[in-house]
Amino acid sequence: MSILVLAEHHNGQLAAGTAHVVGAAQAIGGDIDLLVAGENVGGVAEAAARLDGVARVRVADNPAYAHQLPEPLADLLVALADEYSHVLAAASTEGKNVLPRLAALKDVSQISEILGVESADTFTRPIYAGNAIATVQSSDPLKVITVRTTAFDAVSEGGAASIEALDYIADSACSRFIGEELAQSERPELGGARVVISGGRGMGNGDNFKLLDGIADKLGAAVGASRAAVDAGFVPNDMQVGQTGKIVAPDLYIAVGISGAIQHLAGMKDSKVIVAINKDDDAPIFQVADYGLVGDLFEILPELEQKL
Amino acid sequence: MKVLVAVKRVIDYNVKIRVKADHSDVDLTNVKMAMNPFCEIAVEEAVRLKEKGVASEIVAVTVGPKAAQEQLRTALALGADRAIHVETDERVESLTVAKLLKGVVDEEKPDLVILGKQAIDTDNNQTGQMLAALTDMGQGTFASEVAFGEGVEAGEVRVTREIDGGLQTVALKLPAVVTTDLRLNEPRYAKLPDIMKAKKKPLETKTPEALGVAVSSGLTLLKVETPAERKGGVKVGSVDELIDKLKNEAKVL
Repeated sequence: MSILVLAEHHNGQLAAGTAHVVGAAQAIGGDIDLLVAGENVGGVAEAAARLDGVARVRVADNPAYAHQLPEPLADLLVALADEYSHVLAAASTEGKNVLPRLAALKDVSQISEILGVESADTFTRPIYAGNAIATVQSSDPLKVITVRTTAFDAVSEGGAASIEALDYIADSACSRFIGEELAQSERPELGGARVVISGGRGMGNGDNFKLLDGIADKLGAAVGASRAAVDAGFVPNDMQVGQTGKIVAPDLYIAVGISGAIQHLAGMKDSKVIVAINKDDDAPIFQVADYGLVGDLFEILPELEQKL
Repeated sequence: MKVLVAVKRVIDYNVKIRVKADHSDVDLTNVKMAMNPFCEIAVEEAVRLKEKGVASEIVAVTVGPKAAQEQLRTALALGADRAIHVETDERVESLTVAKLLKGVVDEEKPDLVILGKQAIDTDNNQTGQMLAALTDMGQGTFASEVAFGEGVEAGEVRVTREIDGGLQTVALKLPAVVTTDLRLNEPRYAKLPDIMKAKKKPLETKTPEALGVAVSSGLTLLKVETPAERKGGVKVGSVDELIDKLKNEAKVL
């Protein structure tokens, strides 16, 4: 078997999720190649080559792939796919955008967001917002798979894969990039942070999220939010943790003023330790929290920040 | 401009699901069904495009059993002009649905196809992307804004997308495929007179055979299980106790 992993990168940095996808590829077993597609991605390719277990990094460095638009990226993957038994990517907004397109062009099914590898053709994945886990078997010659990165350990660094340039240039005239508005933050990204502190509707307004910032700075944490807080306009959608936002599984998850709707739990219940701070003693979040603290968050948060 | 909007009949999002005792699937007997929430957003966006004078006709389409006509009637009540039901009782996976929708696209030749980004039953998030691939269209997935007119070139749609790090804007040549994310709009409720009127709007039934598509699957569902439940822990009485537990018991600080 041979597996191609689509590497993800942002601003010239290899995304943390890629090492987890390589971890999933190792669970399947076989030779693992990484595809780095983008513009001026030499540094990304070098970082990718250091990942353990990677045999070869294939680099498509061309303006055609500059913004990871799915049309040229899927064409590039189609050109390479016949050499592989599996193509994997993170179940990120990028992987989810590109891989179904590849699968359809190769006339195979796509398996979304796997949680586990039973064998080279059998995988577990969440359905119904994680309220059920399906085991699915693929009979397709090519397995096209997105991986929930929090479900697999990252491979470490220490490898020295070969780097090979690809000269295939996909040409897609049906879409073009206009612009991007990316959240600027000094903090770790939500998906990869060791500690996440999230606020819900109980925060009252967007300004009060500053109360979380101080604690996040002390813990090196990412700041998230529930869908209720996003819908209420407190914070932007890219901070949303939950079924309809980001799936996180940090070592420590602190839920502040979050009642614990099923849709939020779906995004964080695999965290190792969950802390809930809420004034409502009966809030469902306490049913999944390892440590619950009932009280007024406006008193608790400053005290917590001071004492950490 | 003609807009095709695809909808799916799924379990109502408020219903707590049960796994069948034999672990063959989720039990849908006597469970309340509804239009997939992301599809409601897709219908709403199509209706708004018509209200703005951008769209001239809205065709709603679904793939599924006879009962799925209920969701087509809902789409008609919300403002779709006519509906197409591709009827099949088999379990259809995303690739098959995309092929069936391609068959409908080839016949209807819409300028824009709007779908929900994912269905809340299988959570696949594939069909729109697959349809775009099969029809060789550009795709604007996870849309939070769909724009025509001012600042947008003729023959194009400008789509703002929800991506992991923030927002991305792309321009797509028409015809194009758009899939909806939560913040695109807030769907309206159908009014009673519109529900009555919807019963008289045209609804055409087609078979997969007529569209030249074999309902097949590369995937076998081996089993469905309930995930391990997380147990609740303890309540602590103070911030000091919380910090102590996190440091000395959980060892995460």
